[in-house]
Amino acid sequence: MIQNIQDTIVAFATPPGTGAIAVLRLSGKKAWQTAATYFKAVSGKNLLEQESHTIHLGHIVRDGQTLDQVLISLFKGPRSYTGEDVVEINCHGSQYIQQEILQLFITAGLRLASPGEFTLRAFLNGKMALDQAEAVADLIASDSEASHRIAMEQMRGGFSADIKQLREQLLNFASLIELELDFSGEDVEFADREQLLGLLDALTQRIKGLLDSFAMGNAIKAGIPVAIVGAPNVGKSTLLNALLQEERAIVSNIPGTTRDTIEDELIIGGIRFRFIDTAGIRETADSIERIGIEKTQASIEKAQLVLYMLEAADLSKERYNDIQKDFANRPLVVLANKMETLSTEALEKIRTEAPEAFFISAKTQQGIEELKSGLLEKMKLGELQSEDNLLTNSRHFEALQKTLGAIDEVKTAVHEELPGDLLAIDLRQALHHLGEITGSVTTDDLLGNIFSNFCIGK
Amino acid sequence: MFDEIFDVIVVGGGHAGAEAAAAAANMGSNTLLVTMNLQNIGQMSCNPAMGGIAKGQIVREIDALGGYSGIVSDKSAIQFKMLNKSKGPAMWSPRTQNDRMRFAETWREMLEATPNLSFYQEMVNGLVVEDGIVKGVKTSLGLTIEAKSVVLTNGTFLNGLIHIGDKNFGGGRAGEPAARGITEQLVELGFDQGRMKTGTPPRVDGRSLDFSKMIVQPGDDVPSRFSYTNTPLLEHQRDCYMTHTSAEVHELLKEGFDRSPMFNGRIQSIGPRYCPSIEDKIDRFKEKDAHQIFVEPEGWNTVEIYVNGFSTSLPEDVQYKALKKVRGFENVKFFRPGYAIEYDYFPPTQLMLSLETKLVEGLFFAGQINGTTGYEEAAAQGLMAGLNAHRKVKEEEAVVLKRHEAYIGVLIDDLITKGTEEPYRMFTSRAEYRTLLRQDNADLRLTRMSNELGLASEERVRRVEEKENRAEQFVQFLKNTSYHPETVNPVLREINSAEVKQSDKLIKVYSRPKMTLAHLERLPEVQEHMKEERYDAEVLEQAEVMVKYAGYIEKEKQNADKLSRLENVRIPDHLDYHSLKSLSYEAREKLSEIRPSSLSQASRVSGVSPADLSVLLVHLGR
Repeated sequence: MIQNIQDTIVAFATPPGTGAIAVLRLSGKKAWQTAATYFKAVSGKNLLEQESHTIHLGHIVRDGQTLDQVLISLFKGPRSYTGEDVVEINCHGSQYIQQEILQLFITAGLRLASPGEFTLRAFLNGKMALDQAEAVADLIASDSEASHRIAMEQMRGGFSADIKQLREQLLNFASLIELELDFSGEDVEFADREQLLGLLDALTQRIKGLLDSFAMGNAIKAGIPVAIVGAPNVGKSTLLNALLQEERAIVSNIPGTTRDTIEDELIIGGIRFRFIDTAGIRETADSIERIGIEKTQASIEKAQLVLYMLEAADLSKERYNDIQKDFANRPLVVLANKMETLSTEALEKIRTEAPEAFFISAKTQQGIEELKSGLLEKMKLGELQSEDNLLTNSRHFEALQKTLGAIDEVKTAVHEELPGDLLAIDLRQALHHLGEITGSVTTDDLLGNIFSNFCIGK
Repeated sequence: MFDEIFDVIVVGGGHAGAEAAAAAANMGSNTLLVTMNLQNIGQMSCNPAMGGIAKGQIVREIDALGGYSGIVSDKSAIQFKMLNKSKGPAMWSPRTQNDRMRFAETWREMLEATPNLSFYQEMVNGLVVEDGIVKGVKTSLGLTIEAKSVVLTNGTFLNGLIHIGDKNFGGGRAGEPAARGITEQLVELGFDQGRMKTGTPPRVDGRSLDFSKMIVQPGDDVPSRFSYTNTPLLEHQRDCYMTHTSAEVHELLKEGFDRSPMFNGRIQSIGPRYCPSIEDKIDRFKEKDAHQIFVEPEGWNTVEIYVNGFSTSLPEDVQYKALKKVRGFENVKFFRPGYAIEYDYFPPTQLMLSLETKLVEGLFFAGQINGTTGYEEAAAQGLMAGLNAHRKVKEEEAVVLKRHEAYIGVLIDDLITKGTEEPYRMFTSRAEYRTLLRQDNADLRLTRMSNELGLASEERVRRVEEKENRAEQFVQFLKNTSYHPETVNPVLREINSAEVKQSDKLIKVYSRPKMTLAHLERLPEVQEHMKEERYDAEVLEQAEVMVKYAGYIEKEKQNADKLSRLENVRIPDHLDYHSLKSLSYEAREKLSEIRPSSLSQASRVSGVSPADLSVLLVHLGR
């Protein structure tokens, strides 16, 4: 479904990342009103009473809590970029702040702009010459292409599996409702109200879980847990020090929750990584050490990425394969430390045997830069830097939130014992919103699901 | 024999053909209906029933537009049921059981009484096409009949092939020959063609059945009707019956599976999933050891019975042996066995929304030739094709119903925009805005528009006005009149609804979910008003919907309005999608094939993304 071109849209106009400032743009009839709701001017003035083309200093406030100090520029249509009423908010550039402010406005009912939509509106409102049409079209197409590609890449992760299950659940629920409408005369079992409410609760829980867990802020706010694993004395601490020395942006150095794991946080390329130094892994019968090892196992379970460290001299093709087997199903980086102890020929030989491994010298800091970019790439977080990714995440957030809203309406309708056809109105809205993440859920999907699960037809 | 040039020739006299001929002729076109056998106009080839869920709404829409199917169904009904009455108003669906012979007879009478309509009995085996424009038809006797437009409604007759067990033979319906020549010519003209399959159950002798062993299925106590005109209501009705198959029946049927054309690969074409044969049901749902069988009389005075739920193409001896084991069928005598039929269809994406073909100007398709199934779907297309054939001849713009205006709009838009992989049947779930597309308001939605086009009569418009005014009058009464707690509380107690302390307007209590008109009528002030005014049942039904479901209808209207805005962004007929390089490759291909007429239709073409639509929007300018 094409986007409505009458509603108010919001998106960042600057290519962000963790820069100094970012510009959030609101365009449409409700732009001024919505901005005024969350903006407290330092001067105490009401934003709505201000002139077009003026700038105001103040704070974005959510539930009485200040999110950021910002500068707001006001533009009355048609004298604006899009030709509509426009508000531009200059906020601080941290991804966390950007995300929080964007989600605030989405929650307030604004719609996240489609790729190229500001430009599209500018064009449709006569702000650009007709001969620019092809250029505008190209821009929209290429922006969409990029955001789609990134969305797809992200969807390959665990989020995708959860969303797929959610889609299945919702589809099955909708099928039960439609079954009782279009096939009421059939000899099949219809769901009763208790069953429907149970299913709705399960749906609500799943969506809420997704909203909580994936909320893009999460990775940025909490950091990505990385477990450093390896035999004692292989150089884990030296590596940490090397990383931390290099990177001045040490946030904290807190003792881990257990005596044997230490957590350090540092930011690489704008992304927060949380390193967990673990006790050494060694096959042992000693009970005290076993406790340490169990804790190490737990750290590994929590980690999104495992850095397995060994001495370069110990690496071979067989060893590399063994390590991979031990950490199957888990993003893994094999680190061959102490490369400075090997001869060039020996190093070359091992490199060819284990081409995926990173060779470093924690001591001389050789290979540390490569490791850092390797980390970013491994987590597919290289793209987190770009605007597209921020938008993709917000888009998911927005769609899930609207799905949840519609599901709540369905629940109310079931409680009020409303007939299925009325209940289906909100259910369709839920399917529509979820469809923005999963691709649309069509009537044919619904009917196909019904025909394959129920014996229909005289 | 024919020295005149007809405005419209309709080929075929089934539900699609009959409605097409009626519509074109009533609009004023000089129309000729050509069919193989004039005795078989308006045949119910399959079940003797009209309407049902979503289909009943379509019949009412046809009637509201001035078509005949509703009137014919009412006049030949032997039983009436309003299905889904326990659901919301969008789901109420009228259905009749019909006297098959009287149904066909009524069709014939009504067509004969239609001005501007001529008849001719012969097989059409070709079209006259010059420079991509249709000029008439050719018949098997070698006649050429000239026309400015032609509507093809060939049903299952194009190269029809009937299967019973391992036997098969050409035929368009039991006892009637297949039609040859048209498919071959259309393919030569460049049309894509496919095969579809459908089936029908055995017909049996009612005197051989023991109805005392079955469950009676009576009609409604207070029967209603399809037509918004004053067709007489049924005074008495015939019962249907229900029985079940059993594990024993299934075992006997399975013995014939190796000779089933469905299972041994003889039939390759796709049948409808929602109308499976009994062998299909047994095979796909192995855990079910009983299936429902509906025993439906074929008329008032005939002993013939339609065995609904037992559609099959198994060998006739297997059909017979198995059916004998069904409760009540122990002594069954067959009139004729069930069969499957394969026939040619033309993927409907080759049509425009007017149902005119993109390849041949003036040529229209309606009914099963477009890959649909069902009398109601066929009749609806027939009416629209007849209407648009007339307008084509008069050089007027085609009439296209929108998805939020009618199921007929949903039907045609689905066919043209998405095509269909299996015989297409209407379901309410196919409509985005089904709360707007109710059986109670088809007249309010469509009659005025049809009248302006010259189809629905002035009398119909007068009825619509009266219904609207009277319903409004009743709603006003409810808004202006107060209830008294002492009279209303006993009723509220009965339906477990919260009691009231103070007097308020009647409309407040009527809006409560379980409060029905019957409950309301127990209040003396209402009783008195009703006695005075003697409202029509349809009026009260309309008022009920207006009062109880106003919020939901409003919500749907708003959603539909958003769609309309896109509907109004028209796409020029000859837009060269391939020159729009910003469109995705897939979108360019699909849009070039479907050639949507509006941005809204384009949005429903598979493979067209929101970004593609934005790109289109840019190119359509501002």
